[in-house]
Amino acid sequence: MAARVLACAPCHGAEGEGTSDAYFPRLAGKPAGYLYNQLIAFRDGRRKYPPMNYLLEFQTDDYLKKIAEYFASLRPAFPPPVPPVDSKEILARGETIVKNGDPQHGIPPCSACHGPTLGGMEPGIPGLLGLRAAYISGQLGGWRYGTRTAFAPDCMQIVASLLTEDDVKAVAAYLSSRPAPADPSFAPRGSLPMPLECGSEPH
Amino acid sequence: MSRTLTGLLVGLMLALSPIGASAQQKAADPAVLAKGEYLARAGDCIACHTAREGKTFAGGLPMKTPFGTLYTSNITPDPQTGIGTWTSDQFYQMMHNGRFPDGGLVYPAMPFASYTKVTREDSDAIYAYLRTVPPVRQLNKPHDLTFPFNNRSLILGWRTLFFREGEFKPDPTKSAEWNRGNYLVEGLGHCGMCHTPINALGGSKQSQAFEGGLIPMQNWYAPSLTSNKETGLGDWTIEEIVDYLRKGVSAKGAVYGPMAEVVYNSLQFLNDDDARAMAVYLKGLAQGGPPEKASTSLPSAESSLLLSFGKSIYDRDCASCHGATGQGMPPDYPPLAGNQSIQMVSAVNPIRMVLNGGYPPGTSGNPMPHGMPPFAQKLSDDEVAAVVTYIRTAWGNRGEPVSARQANELRAATLN
Repeated sequence: MAARVLACAPCHGAEGEGTSDAYFPRLAGKPAGYLYNQLIAFRDGRRKYPPMNYLLEFQTDDYLKKIAEYFASLRPAFPPPVPPVDSKEILARGETIVKNGDPQHGIPPCSACHGPTLGGMEPGIPGLLGLRAAYISGQLGGWRYGTRTAFAPDCMQIVASLLTEDDVKAVAAYLSSRPAPADPSFAPRGSLPMPLECGSEPH
Repeated sequence: MSRTLTGLLVGLMLALSPIGASAQQKAADPAVLAKGEYLARAGDCIACHTAREGKTFAGGLPMKTPFGTLYTSNITPDPQTGIGTWTSDQFYQMMHNGRFPDGGLVYPAMPFASYTKVTREDSDAIYAYLRTVPPVRQLNKPHDLTFPFNNRSLILGWRTLFFREGEFKPDPTKSAEWNRGNYLVEGLGHCGMCHTPINALGGSKQSQAFEGGLIPMQNWYAPSLTSNKETGLGDWTIEEIVDYLRKGVSAKGAVYGPMAEVVYNSLQFLNDDDARAMAVYLKGLAQGGPPEKASTSLPSAESSLLLSFGKSIYDRDCASCHGATGQGMPPDYPPLAGNQSIQMVSAVNPIRMVLNGGYPPGTSGNPMPHGMPPFAQKLSDDEVAAVVTYIRTAWGNRGEPVSARQANELRAATLN
């Protein structure tokens, strides 16, 4: 399988560990259902990024599922976290949103769905560690402006639209500063109390 | 006389009776429907008449042309927005003559200049099949063409220049297999739409049939099918051509770019006999050509520097899959030595493959293809030019060198 997905390596690393380019995410160890949903969305053009849309355009559901399962099964080492360049206040704001949300503005904590260790949950919720700030804020921006969408109800679109620019910056700064998780695995299906309905994570 | 009158009356009643009409529809023979579905695939109707994430055959796909954007039409049997009210005569008129039921002219993005060769029987089978697909109520989007191309009467001029109406006529001096291949390639396959050069008026130059051309707006080069230096298939075995058409990979090379779409949606579904017939016809197209001239660009001091730079990149980034001497490991890693696709007059395709990488299509014969990594981020324009020049000229390949400027221009090519 590694040879078949060599086309992914220049941007995502030979084992899906990510590369030095901050805009390309780690794939390894994310739940297969999440990766599969993204592969389908890129293939069908719903998630827009031309190099990905182009590569996947003529691949079958079955093959995309195998690719997703392959990257979900890998556990390469996490990169060392990037030393934060943002102030302590910004990082603290990020930590608050990630762990406790912002009840006043109806923002749920990230950990409610992505897990207390932020490792994600099977089948459709990704882990949030090992990603760079530029990628995280890029995705949250994509949801706010509609260039990234998921199956309805699109919970992340709702959450992202509640965040301010400063919130996005703070969350991205905090998440990207976290060290590798001690146990890099995702939570089992249905084990987390999700505060929002999510089309990608059917009950 | 009374018998004649009764006969006339019965005929009239049948013609007027709605029961008569529905009985006629129900009579669609499953074998005819299966044939119609097969032929619709051979014609690749779905590729244009289905939008991304859209309903099958409901149209709405934007087709960018040098003259503006056309939107494909709904060909489901919905009576209001599709072709549900069309008769088989009207359908044949569209396929054969490029006219709507009201006589209006169809833009030649619809390949009626090829489909005109389709027999009435095959047209009727496709028609019967299209009547059985789920109807979708979806209004056709108006075309967005620039002046003066938004004037449909201009199509008359195009037709005068480029359209020759007429069903396929078999050549009695050739085999049945060759004739079948000719019919599929020139008719439903509409291969000439890309593989014949397009002139400034958007017409195919028949005098240069299958001699290759740059596909407008897509920036992929559709190689010549008549020259053995390009993708003329004279040096290929029938099995290699069949593999290429149906699996998307072969011992000689893999499909990529727009051809990947054709294999994915259409050619992989051909049966053995038809794939062979097309291969026999395509191979025949390339025979009898003049011998290819050797490359004129003999290495100067400057070009040997470029080549040694190219070789160092090749050895580092390419050789692990394509082999130290370009031999590849077919079918998963195509050979580059002797690969016509690398040596074509236009260097667009090899440059784009290096920049963008790519996957052959997932087919039943090759469901999990190997992908070529994109090198756009890793290599500079100079490096791309050097490595492409190297693979175009090493191991006996006879391509011309490429410049960093050519590589740079293709970084902006539309990907998808």
